[in-house]
Formats: sequence, structure tokens, C-alpha cells
Amino acid sequence: MSSELPVQRPRNDIEPAEPLDNPGLPEHLPRPTDVDPAMERRAERQISAFFGLATLLTLVFCVAYFVVPKDATFLGWSALNFSLGASLGLALLAIGIGAIQWAKKLMDDHEVIEMRHPVASSEEDRAATLGMLNDGIKESGFGRRPMIRNSLLGALGVLGLPAVVLLGDLGPLPGRTQFSTVWTKGMRVVTDVSGLPIKAADLEVGELVNAEPAILFETDEEGERVLEGTEALQAKSKAAVIVVRIRPEDITAPAGRENWGVDGILCYSKICTHVGCPISLYEQQTHHVLCPCHQSTFDLSDGGSVIFGPGKRPLPQLPLSVDEEGYLIATSDFTEPVGPSFPEIEQES
Amino acid sequence: MSDTKTPTHTPVEQTKFGKRAGGPVKWLDERVGAAGVARGLIRKVFPDHWSFMLGEIALYSFIVLLLSGTFLTFWFQPSMQEITYTGSYTPLYGLEMSQAYASTLDISFDIRGGLLMRQIHHWSAMLFIAAMYVHMLRVFFTGAFRKPRELNWVIGVLLMVLGLIEGFAGYSLPDDLLSGTGLRFVDGLIRSIPIVGSYLEYFVFGGEFPGNEIIPRLYMVHILLVPALLLGLIAAHMLLLVYHKHTQWPGPGRTEKNVVGYPVLPVYAAKAGGFFFVVFGFTALMGAVLQINPIWAYGPYNPSEVTAGSQPDWYMGFVEGAVRLMPNWEFTTLGWTFSLNVFIPAVLLLGAFFTAIGAYPFIERWVTKDDREHHLLQRPRNAPVRTALGVAAMTFYGVLWIGGGNDIIATQFRLDIYAITWFCRVMVFVGPVIAFIITKRICLGLQRADKEQVLHGYESGVIERSPDGGYSERHTPLSEVGQYELTTHERVEVAAPPPAADDRGVRVSGARKARRHAFVSKFYYGDVVDKPSRDDVDEARHHAGHDGHELEADEEFRGVGETGVPRSH
Amino acid sequence: MRFLSRRRRHPLAGFVVLLLGLVVAGGLYSTLAPRSAGADTADARQVETGRQLFLVGCAGCHGKNAAGILAAKGGNYGPSLVGVGAAAVDFQVGTGRMPLANSSQQAPRKPPVYTAEETAALSAYVASLAPGPAIPDTEYTDPSDEADVTNGGEFFRTNCTACHNSVGAGGALPGGRYAPPLDDVSGKYIYEAMITGPQQMPVFADSVITPEDKRDIIAYIESVSEEPRYGGLAGGGLGPVSEGLFSWIIGIGGLVVAAIWIGAHGARVKKQT
Repeated sequence: MSSELPVQRPRNDIEPAEPLDNPGLPEHLPRPTDVDPAMERRAERQISAFFGLATLLTLVFCVAYFVVPKDATFLGWSALNFSLGASLGLALLAIGIGAIQWAKKLMDDHEVIEMRHPVASSEEDRAATLGMLNDGIKESGFGRRPMIRNSLLGALGVLGLPAVVLLGDLGPLPGRTQFSTVWTKGMRVVTDVSGLPIKAADLEVGELVNAEPAILFETDEEGERVLEGTEALQAKSKAAVIVVRIRPEDITAPAGRENWGVDGILCYSKICTHVGCPISLYEQQTHHVLCPCHQSTFDLSDGGSVIFGPGKRPLPQLPLSVDEEGYLIATSDFTEPVGPSFPEIEQES
Repeated sequence: MSDTKTPTHTPVEQTKFGKRAGGPVKWLDERVGAAGVARGLIRKVFPDHWSFMLGEIALYSFIVLLLSGTFLTFWFQPSMQEITYTGSYTPLYGLEMSQAYASTLDISFDIRGGLLMRQIHHWSAMLFIAAMYVHMLRVFFTGAFRKPRELNWVIGVLLMVLGLIEGFAGYSLPDDLLSGTGLRFVDGLIRSIPIVGSYLEYFVFGGEFPGNEIIPRLYMVHILLVPALLLGLIAAHMLLLVYHKHTQWPGPGRTEKNVVGYPVLPVYAAKAGGFFFVVFGFTALMGAVLQINPIWAYGPYNPSEVTAGSQPDWYMGFVEGAVRLMPNWEFTTLGWTFSLNVFIPAVLLLGAFFTAIGAYPFIERWVTKDDREHHLLQRPRNAPVRTALGVAAMTFYGVLWIGGGNDIIATQFRLDIYAITWFCRVMVFVGPVIAFIITKRICLGLQRADKEQVLHGYESGVIERSPDGGYSERHTPLSEVGQYELTTHERVEVAAPPPAADDRGVRVSGARKARRHAFVSKFYYGDVVDKPSRDDVDEARHHAGHDGHELEADEEFRGVGETGVPRSH
Repeated sequence: MRFLSRRRRHPLAGFVVLLLGLVVAGGLYSTLAPRSAGADTADARQVETGRQLFLVGCAGCHGKNAAGILAAKGGNYGPSLVGVGAAAVDFQVGTGRMPLANSSQQAPRKPPVYTAEETAALSAYVASLAPGPAIPDTEYTDPSDEADVTNGGEFFRTNCTACHNSVGAGGALPGGRYAPPLDDVSGKYIYEAMITGPQQMPVFADSVITPEDKRDIIAYIESVSEEPRYGGLAGGGLGPVSEGLFSWIIGIGGLVVAAIWIGAHGARVKKQT
């Protein structure tokens, strides 16, 4: 019943075909839908059914958008999200499957041959183009007039500079801002979120407090926060601290910092010296604090020195004291820069 | 061909629709000359293989990204201005947060279909990059990057890098705790750039971290700059593909000078168009059923907060792993601090990795000195060192990727997180070497097996017992097509090292470079099992008839076919 | 008035004033000071039952009088329980962590061995040894609508997520230790864990995070575990790692299967030979 195209046998033409000759395109075998009209009609019906299903599901999408309430749940998921997504997804999938089935089952599937052309342009194209290029250059006099050429190239070359210079106001110069935080002498250490001051006597051994400088919770005469919005976040990103209480006999204070704690209460910067994630993964038995980002580990009983991980600088310590009412206060700002290292970090001023 | 009952085809210009459309089409053609262009494209032939569709997944994902992304831009507010949230997600009601975060919450809970579009957008971004990787690996392992396609390979690498940047910018836009922690990491990363780090940091963020500028700037990058570059490069990539025509697997009827396959109209219009709908539909189903990036659970970004299990999206995982595995090298000299512990893994690694990938076609060209056009693909086993290098690179990437998830692995498998880190630190160097050796040996083994099959046929499953009790298996020769398919690859050419001096004792100029080249060429092709020569094949055919191993099994014992499937009795 | 002023130079006058001052200060303190959320203390019979249970099940590691048993190299088999309070015992025994089944990096949560009454008896016994954190009142551990979930969320993200993760799925600590997941943990145990600091977990005392704030934290944790997974299957709350796994296995895997199907040749009619 089927009539075949003559079998084509082009030769393998990379180099002499070896060790075997190219046997040529294999004979085309028909599909069931090519020879059996019943199968063909069945395939047609199947493909049309997919498209019909897609239409139906698209309409379901449109109805669901208006009908499903925003807070309904289904299987513990958002019902609206699920109904919209499932109907849209299945509709699109159905169109795709229908189209592909059409190609696979019904469209002509004889393999077709197309010859390639060399990718490079032909010799005469090259020659003609070269000739035209030469004509153009000759007429412009570009080659004969070095003064024009050189001054033009100079002018164009420098034109890149304004593009860079115009970016000059992208941001302020860092100056010395990276070296200081909002902590000052006498500023109270307060619990983050609640803003409550911390009494030294209330802290137990093994305790961890995530704390901030009191200025973040201060309000002015109108009841507005002194620091808010972006300014508050910028202050937090350097001034956030953790306060821990360790048994005094377990602490090895670095030289000069023996009085930076209060009865085993120590305060360290919460900002990791690696790339700045806040650290509060504190293990009370080992006194190690682990940064969840890249696992830099610091020993708080040993001056915040690095135990493991990619961080290099020890965690900066904030010197503590207590005020007349027994609340924890800082006795000065950090004595070294907080947060990730930067190129000028060792430069005095 | 088909049943006579199917209606015959009326030329389209004679149908009712065609007659009506004829006017406008002619109008257009008189202004644009469309027929001239369409002539070359309508019946263009593309070869048919599933591995050629991987790039399509990336292309269609990009289109889905454009569509879903446009939807999101109607409601997203790229501003870091703090407001109080009054939307319908109660656990965050009354909280101070940026407008960017608040508008993302609105999209997720108060805009109908918003959560679906957010999820479709994010899933298709993941698929976009994963598909680019898989496509790149397919092109690499089949040698499709060779001349004339080196430029297309470089364009592809650029597309990959731009995709990574685009994805990073995109998931940082909602300003949630997880992506904000990622921006904090970028802040530290910029600081680690030698000498100019602090200035660059203040320029990028518009001041101290987090500042007011970074989200609006990333928004510009994400919806304007990078999509424009991506569109341009994708257009160039497709143009080159159309001009060069697609590569094809070697086989019967296929040569370097032709393309065998199916025409664009109708087969590929249906298959590729259908595949677009499949990709879109599949992504939409993922958005319906799989939750991704639940920013409401992370909370708004706050520099004093962080979550355990902080990772970037998977495509940045290898950089994250490198940063976690890096030893803490940082030193100060002449007053300047060099933070190599951050700079090397976070800045240099990305650049070095993709530069090496982009340069590979040129490196291989230097080794093979092959300037011919190649349109037939190579089976990976027939380029053993290239395949082994590829697997070694994948191993390197994979170990870094695992390192990026070391805390998740530690909790899920109850292991020590420090032990995992040390293991990865060692394996990142040792693993690729082991992978290289194993892969190369596997490729050589497969090549030997192929040669055996060509010369001696395949194992038929019929066991023969000789009079003195020994067992042997009968081999049935491969069909002509089968033999051809196993011998289409090129002969191996190892460059011979030049003599240090010519026969008069005069030193040959360029000898050292040539010796170096010969060494590398031997490394690449020295061990390769070459295909049998014509003489070998003829001799094998001759012997097969006379060696006592009969060519055909008889009626009773038909054994198995070429593919190992038992023949029916 | 004259009665008092006539005796103002009495030798005992200073003493009386001191006594008055103490009574007033003490009274003011007990009315105005922040409450710790302690519930009722136990009676003597419960303490004795607890002591009997302790001798059988706990003294092997913790010593006959709960003072701990030191090991040779300075570690311990079981630490001293003097002063840990009823809260610690209720937490450890109630979540099944104690008795420890085998020594490992960390005591895992497992089905509790003792009944609720036995646990209460053990807690009463240990509490009787020395003052320590008491079992919290249900007012704070069973949050009603009064709880401020938003406030609780802020506290949770500032203090807890670094170890326990944004949705309480848990996190890694050095040395094979871990912060356990918080799903399906009753509010009482969350409170007790905060005030007693089990194993490596630090202490979050009531003086720093008030009982009301703790109640808000518990309310937030419960709301997060009870809320719908709006977007679909959540992959365990592990974030980008599981999302990446899904995109490769389900996404690329599925689409590659689709591509193979598209390129497949399909059924062919055999030639009649």
C-alpha cells in the first residue's frame, strides 16, 4: 500500500570513507497511523481531545480566579494558588502534548535531507568586499592622512572617560565611617526587640542576650525614634552585640581586657568578621559561637579568637561596666572596626 | 502513504482564508521582502534527537520568565522606604518593613494569582540556569563547540554568567531575611577586593550597608540591563545556530555536508512549539504544587537577624561552598589588608571558572591543530581525555556545591559539620583527579568494546560446547549499519615531537614550543583506542566464516539481537 | 502620733524603722517586680515518690543525691542536678531525652519513658534539692488570643532562628550536635528549654525575655507550624537546598523525560518479508 521514495545513498565525504562505506539513509518504515485509517482517526480524536481539555481547563482557570476565596486552603495549601496553577499548568501541558502527538503520529515523518554550505563566505564575496573596502578607505583618505586619523582616535578614546566620571556620585567616600559605631561611653546595653535595659545581677551563667545600643530605642520630645528607617538599620549592622555570662574561672581575657567584663559577663560584636552575618549560635558549654553562614567559629572565653572557618579576625569585644542602678553599659565604642575586613582596616588614620 | 479517504491538500492561496489573507501578505511583502527571508527558513531541516532540546528548555524558560516577570512588575515596589505592614498575613501585621518586602507580601497574599506568578517566576529561573548547564554539558561532551561554533560557545558562556547575575539580583529584590543575608555577604565580598574594596562598597550600596539604594539598583539591573543583554545575546546565539545549521549525530545517510532530519514547517513547529507549552505547563504545575522561597516565613531583612541554613539559590551554591571551605588567609602588608579568604573563592573563582570554560574550544584547537569545520558530533567515549576533563570539572563543581550545603547535610545525616568541611577541602582537589582517571579508563574500555563488536560481532547469547568440554559464546556479526555507526569517528593523530636539532646539528627554532605541544597532544590522544582499519575489518569478516564460529545460529537457538533483546522463536 | 514621736530616741527605734523599711520594700517588690512564671510547688509525698523513681532510673548517672558523677578525665557521666529546677527535669524527662538511651553527641528527643505523674514527681524531687527555675504557668505556655504574634516573631528571628531556622526546622552545631526541630513541641517545653538552657542551648532567663515575650514567641512558633504551606509542598522548610534539589530532580528530570518522549520514534509497522 505504501509507496516509498527512492532510497538515497550519499557517500561519507569527510575523508575516504573508511573503514566502511556510508550505507545511506535507512528505509522509511511507516507508522500504524500511516497504514491503518482506524488508527489514524483514533489519533485525530485523541489529539483533538487534548486541545478540548486544554480549552476546558483554561475556562476553569478563569472561573477559579473569581470564585475561590483568597484564604481557602486545600490539602494544607492555598486553594487559590493550587486551583489557578493546576488548571493553567494542565491546560498548557495539554496543548503541548496535543501538538507533539500530532507531529509524532500524523505529520509526515520521512527524513528530509538539506545540504550544508561552507560557513566561510565564498572567494568572490571576499574579493569583492575587500575591493569595496579598499575603495572606501582610499576615498576617505584615512590611510593617507595620519594627523586626522590619530587625532580622531585620540578623541574617541578619551570619550570613555565621561561614562566613568559620571558615576562619581554613586555613593559617598567611606572616610573613617567604617571605623566607628554608635556605641559611646555610658550607653546602656538593651535587649533587642523589647529595648529593656539589662541588669548585671539578672544574668545567669550560660545565658545569651541578643542586645543593641540603647540609642536605637530612644525617642525624642515628639515621641519619634531618634534613629529610624535606613539609619537605624545602618547602625544595627555595626552595633548589634551579644552578651553572655561565663563562669569567671573559664575566661582567659586577652592582655588589657581584664576589666572589660563584669563578673564573667562579656559583650561581643554580633557581626561576623568574615562577611558580616549576625552570629548568635552560642553553645553554652563550649563557649563557642558559630556563624551560620560559613561556619566561622569564635571562642568567647578566649577573647573571641577564631577556632575554625574562613574568618580571620577575632570577634571585636565591647568593654562593659555597670551604671549606678546596676544596668550594663559600654565604657567606650569598640576599639577596632566591626564586621568584615576591608583594605584600610589596619591603617591608623 | 496515507489513506485515500483523507482529503487532498488544496494549495493555501486557493483556500477561502488564503484568498482573503493574500492582500495583506502582499502588502507586507512589498514593504519588507518577507518571502525572501521566509524561503530559507520555512522548510529548514533540523535533526531529531532529545539531547538537542535541552537548549530549548532554557529558551522557553526565558520566555516564561519574561511573561511572569512582567506580571510581577505591576505590583512590586523596589523601594527600601520603611512602612508598617497592614496586609493580610497576620504574623507580620504591624511590623516595620521595607516597601519592597511589603509589596512582595501583597503579591503573595492579596493579589489573586500573585503567589502563583511568583512561584512560576522563581521555578523557571531555576530551570533556566539548570537547562543552560545541561545544554552546555551536552555541547561539551559531544564536541559541538568545535569550528565553526566556538563563537556560539563563548556567547553561551556569557549567557550563563548573565543568568547567574540575573537570578541573584532577582531573588534579592524582595528584601527578605534570607536574601538580605546574601546581600550582606556581597557587601563583605566587595570589601575584600584589594585596595579599592571600601570605595566600591560605598559606591554600590550608596553608602554604608544596607543603605537606601541597593534594591532599586538591583531592580534596574534585573528588569532592564541584564534582560536587554540576554535578549541580544540569545538573538545572536539563535542567528548563528540558524546560519551554521544544527550539528547531527553521525549515522547512515548523515555526512559532514548535509543535515538529515525534519523541516521546521510542520514537524518542528509542532514539536518545538509543543515543547514550549510543555515547559510552560510543567513550570506552572511546579508553581501550583511545590512551594518555593516562602519569604513570609523568613521575615523582613534585619541586620541583627539570621536563619540557620542560610544558602543562596542553588546556582550560587558552588561559590557559597568555596567560601565555606576556604582557609582563613588574610594578611596585611604596607598598611593594606588583603582578605584572600573572601576574595579568592567569591570573586576570583567565578571569573576563573567561566574563563576556563569559555576558553576551552581554543585550548582544544591548539591541541588538535584542527581547522576543519565539524558538523558531526562525537560520542563522548571517542574523546576520552575531553570527556574525563569534563567529568573532573563537574566533580570540582559538585564538591563545592556539597560544601555549600554542609550544614543541611550535617543535620539531615547527623554528621559533624567540621568533618564535612575538611572532607570537602580535601576532595575538591583529590576528587577531580580520581574522576578523571576513572572516566578516562571507562571511555577507553568502551572504545575497546566497540572495536571488538565491529571485528568480532556481538554476543548472541548462544553458548557452544566444544568436544573437549570448553564453553564459548557464539558471536553474531553486527549489521552493516551497526558496524558503520561504530566507526564514523575520526582517526587519531598524535603530534610527533620534533627533533631538537636538524640533521646538520642546527637547533630548530620553535622546537621547545613544538615539544610542549607534542606532550599535550600525547596526553590527549596517546591512549585512545583507534578504530579498526579497512584491512582489519576485511580480515575479520574473512575469519569469521572459517574459524569454526558459525555466523548464523540455526532455527532453534536464535539468541539475542544486537540490542540484547532475545529474538522471538 | 505622739506615741511614736515620744519614743523616737528609743534604742530600738532604729531597729523598728529598719524593720518597717524591709517590710515596705519587700511588699512593694512582691507586688511590683516582674513575675517569674512559676506554677504551684509540690507536696512532700510527691517529693518522696520522685526520690524513689530517681534512685532507680537516674542515680546511675546523676549520683544518689543528684550531685553528679565525675569521670576520670574531668568530664561527667551525668551532671549535677542540684539547682537545675523542676523546669529542667520536666523538659528533659517529658520530651524523652532523659533517661539517655546511649551516650552520643547529644541527647535526642524520643518517646518519654515516664508518665506525666512520674515526671511531676521527679521534677518535685529535684526542685526540692535547691531553688531553680519552676515549671511555667499555662498562662504563658498556652497562648490565647492575647499573644502578640508579631512581637513573638521579632523575638524568634532575633534569638532563635540562628540555631533553629526560620520555620523551626532545626540547624547544625559543631561536633555533630544540632539544634532540634520545633515542630510538634508543646509550648511548655519550649518555655522550659528557654529558661533552663538544655545542653548547648543558652539560657534565656525571664528577666531578659519576659514571660509575656516568651508567650508571644510560643504563639509565633505555633502559628508558623499550623499555618498552611501556602505555595504547596514545602520540602521540609530547609530552604534553597531542597528547592535546588527539586529543580534538578523534578524539573530537569521531568523535562528531559519529556524531551526523550518527543524525540522517540514510536511504533513502526514491520515490513512483511
